Formats: sequence, structure tokens, C-alpha cells
Amino acid sequence: MTARAPAKWGLRTLAFGYLGLLLLAPVGLIFWKTFEHGLGPPIDAMTSPDALHAIWLTLLMVAVAVPLNTVFGVGCALLLVRYKWKGNAVIDGIINLPFAISPIVIGLSLFLLYGNAGWFGPTLSEWGIKVLFSTPGMILASIFVSLPFVVREVVPVLQEIGTEQEQAASTLGANAWQTFWRITLPAIRWGVAYGVVLTTARVLGEFGAVTIVSGLISGQTETLPLFVAKSFEQFNEQAAYAGAIVLALLALTTLLLMSVGGRKAKASGPIPIAGDTTISMSNAKEGS
Amino acid sequence: MEGHPATIPTAPSGAGIRLPGVGVGLGRGVIVLYLSLIVMLPLAAVLDESLSGGIGAFWDAVTGAESMAALKLTVISSLIVVAINAFFGTIIAWVLVRDEFPGKGAVNALIDLPFALPTIVAGLTLLTLYGSESPFGLDIAFTRAAIVVALCFVTLPFITRAVQPLLMEMDREMEEAATSLGAGGFTVFRRIIFPNLLPGILAGALLAFARALGEYGSLILISGNIPFKTEVSSVFIRSQIESGNVAGASAVSVVLLAISLLLLIAVSLLVRWSASNQPGILSRAVNRIISRSQVGGGP
Repeated sequence: MTARAPAKWGLRTLAFGYLGLLLLAPVGLIFWKTFEHGLGPPIDAMTSPDALHAIWLTLLMVAVAVPLNTVFGVGCALLLVRYKWKGNAVIDGIINLPFAISPIVIGLSLFLLYGNAGWFGPTLSEWGIKVLFSTPGMILASIFVSLPFVVREVVPVLQEIGTEQEQAASTLGANAWQTFWRITLPAIRWGVAYGVVLTTARVLGEFGAVTIVSGLISGQTETLPLFVAKSFEQFNEQAAYAGAIVLALLALTTLLLMSVGGRKAKASGPIPIAGDTTISMSNAKEGS
Repeated sequence: MEGHPATIPTAPSGAGIRLPGVGVGLGRGVIVLYLSLIVMLPLAAVLDESLSGGIGAFWDAVTGAESMAALKLTVISSLIVVAINAFFGTIIAWVLVRDEFPGKGAVNALIDLPFALPTIVAGLTLLTLYGSESPFGLDIAFTRAAIVVALCFVTLPFITRAVQPLLMEMDREMEEAATSLGAGGFTVFRRIIFPNLLPGILAGALLAFARALGEYGSLILISGNIPFKTEVSSVFIRSQIESGNVAGASAVSVVLLAISLLLLIAVSLLVRWSASNQPGILSRAVNRIISRSQVGGGP
């Protein structure tokens, strides 16, 4: 159906009007508010000791949670796709759980395990380990909320590439590790990269779960999203806006990487290009 | 495998090579341990705590006046938001697929912004435009309208992204045939286009509803969190934790968790049911949405 002109313009108005009011105007306004008085104030706000500490702590969350969930994700996806097992369906269900749970409930769950009256809290504090209201608890929350991304991105890629090339490699004498490094990993690299981008973005921006386990101690247990909320509640709007802009720019970068990564993944196709494989295979032989 | 050319012979099942050098059993053990420590034990603690006072206490906590008011507010605002976004989301999908205009690629990429933006930033952003310092004088902060606006923002992409691929794959011959037989634009939409898009609209709506039910970060600044007035369930859970009523917080958490699990099961049934008409399209769209919608935060 080719919409007639009035219908077409009516639909356009509705679509753009809604997007404008809900999306563009608020996001545009916050950029304008931040840079209203030039670059100076936001830079000052982001270089205060509390802000710098928040940035550092946020990066620490990423540095721990992302590698752990990536290694777990790739290994788990391999086991789920390549090795039939009765428990696979259960594992698959559990992996998707974090996406079904409100972040606040995730925070509560960690509070119940590691709090003073929790399952592990008393024992751990006897050993002098503090999990709740300190960095380890926040890392656990970050791992929990971002756990499914890599598995979910890698599983469909593994299903699509099939096992022919892996079998060819092992027929030619490559051992399991060589096959993984030279054949499987190059074939799933875009899926892994995609998963890593999404995991990183989630850890950077996580608020609900971290807020419960952090205890909100300024300069100690404050990530960037918590810093934004606290600054706003203390009427330090400049700092709140500046922190929000940093997070928004990171989100826009994620969007960009998502669309580039999507195109790359499509371009490399379901089956890795023949040339790629030949190179990998000859390398595999040289290496052995 | 789906979409594989038939020329490549498929491996006999069970002939998969042993990929990692370490034993498969060991790998499984590590995965089960990791999932237990990170996911299952914490959730078991919530379930255990919610039942710590027996089933009666659980029921009292969930049906308490403040808890009930929060739950009612959460469900009703989520339903309103889903209806609004079903309408606008379908129109946006239509404009993005069937219309041509400069900058379409950019608009298409921007649709995912609410998914990528950390929820606290989303809340702050909306408060700037619709709060006490609104440049348009539109101060709705600390009202129920603010909750609806915030939830509209965070769930905006769900229905558009579920409908878009269905619309792209739709056979236009049916529409042309109907038009040539004398059907007007609205009749063609009602009889041909809408039934084809319905599975996408429903799947997107269910996912958006699940997200709205558990939303926290984007509401905390703008809703005001006034008990009985603008306190949604997730905020109620937090206030109960802070006031020491952990068992009550856990009981409401278990209810939220149960509802979102039911919604996810409904989505997967819907995807399976629609697979007979459009193999794989909706399933891929839903899988993509589930991952993307989690990037900025939220259930």
C-alpha cells in the first residue's frame, strides 16, 4: 500500500513528534545544560576527587566483570551448542534469569547473602572479608546483571557456523586447543566482540543492583551512575549533568559499535570466508 | 542448521570434535558452580527470606496496604505505557520501513538509545525537560504522569523493534491485490497488515510490560517515591530494605519475579506459535530485543 500524501504526513508527524518529545528534546536539553557555560564547568565537575574516584571504581567493575563473563560466556556457549547434555536446557534457563529480574531484586539477593545477618556475611566478616557496602559486593552485582550477554551473542553464531571446519581441522591433526584458537574463535569473533560491548555498557551504567549493595559511601563505594544520582540529590546539578553526559556519550558509542558490529557480523556471513580458513589452517600446521 | 546450504553434508550427530583440551565434565562443573554462586544462591536467599515467616507472613507482606498500592500503581502504569507504545511503536516501525526521508539511518539507530542509555541518565534527562525547571513549564515531577513518561521512554524500542522485521518481510502483493480489488487504505491495514504485525506487537508488548514492572533507575529521581501515590514496587522494595523489613521486600520481589517469568514464558509460546507463519523472523527479533533492552539496565 502506498500511503496517500495526507496519511503519510500524518504518520510522519506522529512518529517524529513522539520521538522528538520523548527522546530528542530531553537528551538534547541535557547536553545543552551541561555545556551552557562552556567546557570549563563540566570538566571541573568531572575532575573533582569524588568524580575521579567514581570513574576509577566504574572502570574497576568493568575490568573484573567483563573478562570473567567473557571467558564464562564463550566456554558456556561452546558446551551448550557443541555437547548434548540433559542439563543444557536448565543451564540455558538459568543464564537468562538475570534478564528477567529487576535490578533492585538482584541487589536485595546479594544483601541477603552477604549482609550481617546473611548466609555468608557473618562467616566472611570473621575472616575479615567485607563484601557488602564495599567493592567485592559491587563487583558481584555487576557480574550478575551482565552475565547473559556473551552467551546469548555467541550461541547463535556457533549454531550457524556448524562443525565442518572444526572437524576438518582435527582430521588434519590439530588438537582441541589449536582448533579452538585457529578455527572456532576466529569464526565467532564478532559474536564475542558484540557480547563484550554489551557487557561493558551494562556494567558501566548499572544503577539499581549496585545502589543496594554499595551503601553509597562517597569517594569509596560510588560508581559513576551512583555519583550522578547523589550529585543531583545534593543539588550539585553541574556534577550530575557532567556525569550523565559521560555516561550518555558512552551509550552513544555503544550504539555506534552495535550498528558497526551488526554490519560486520552480517558481512562475515554465517560460514567464515574460505580464504580466512585456509590461512588459519596453514597457521595451525606451522604452529604444530 | 537453519539457513545452511544443503550442499554441505552435515556431520553425523555425536561426531563433534572435543574442543577444549580440558574435559567436558570439568567445564560443565565450572559453569554450574559459577551459575550457582553468581545467580542461584542469591536468588535462593530471596526465596528463603520471603518464606522465613511462613506462607501467612508472605501473603500479609504482599497484600499489605502500601505494598498493594505500589503493585497496583506499577501494573496500571505499565499497562498504560504498553498501550501508548504499541500505538506509537507500530507507527514508528511503519515510517522507518515504508517511508523514505533523509536521515532515516540515523533515526533508526537512535531508536535503540533508550536501551543503551543507563537508566539513571534516562531519569535525569527526563527530569530536566519535565521537571520543575522545565523550559516549557511542563512540570510533572513527582506525579503519576511522570512515571508513565519515564516508562514510555525506557520501553520505547520494544514494539518498534519487534514489528520492524515483520513489516520488512511482509509480502506486498497481498496489499496490492486488496487495493486493486477496491479496498481502501484503512481496510487494507485492518484486514491484511495488522493481522500480520500482531504477533510482533504482542511480543514487544509483553517484553515491554516485563521491563516496566521491574523498572527502577529511571524512576527514582522523577517519581518522588511517595508511598500510596508515586511509589512503584521496585522503589517499595528498596524502602523496605532500608527500613529493615527484608522479609517483606523479599516477598514482593518473589511476586515480581514470578510475573516476569510468566511473561517470558508467554513470549516464547507466542514466538513458537507465530513461527508457522514467519519462520525465525520473530524469534530472532525477540532474542535481539531481550539482549539490547538490558544494556542500559533494567529487568
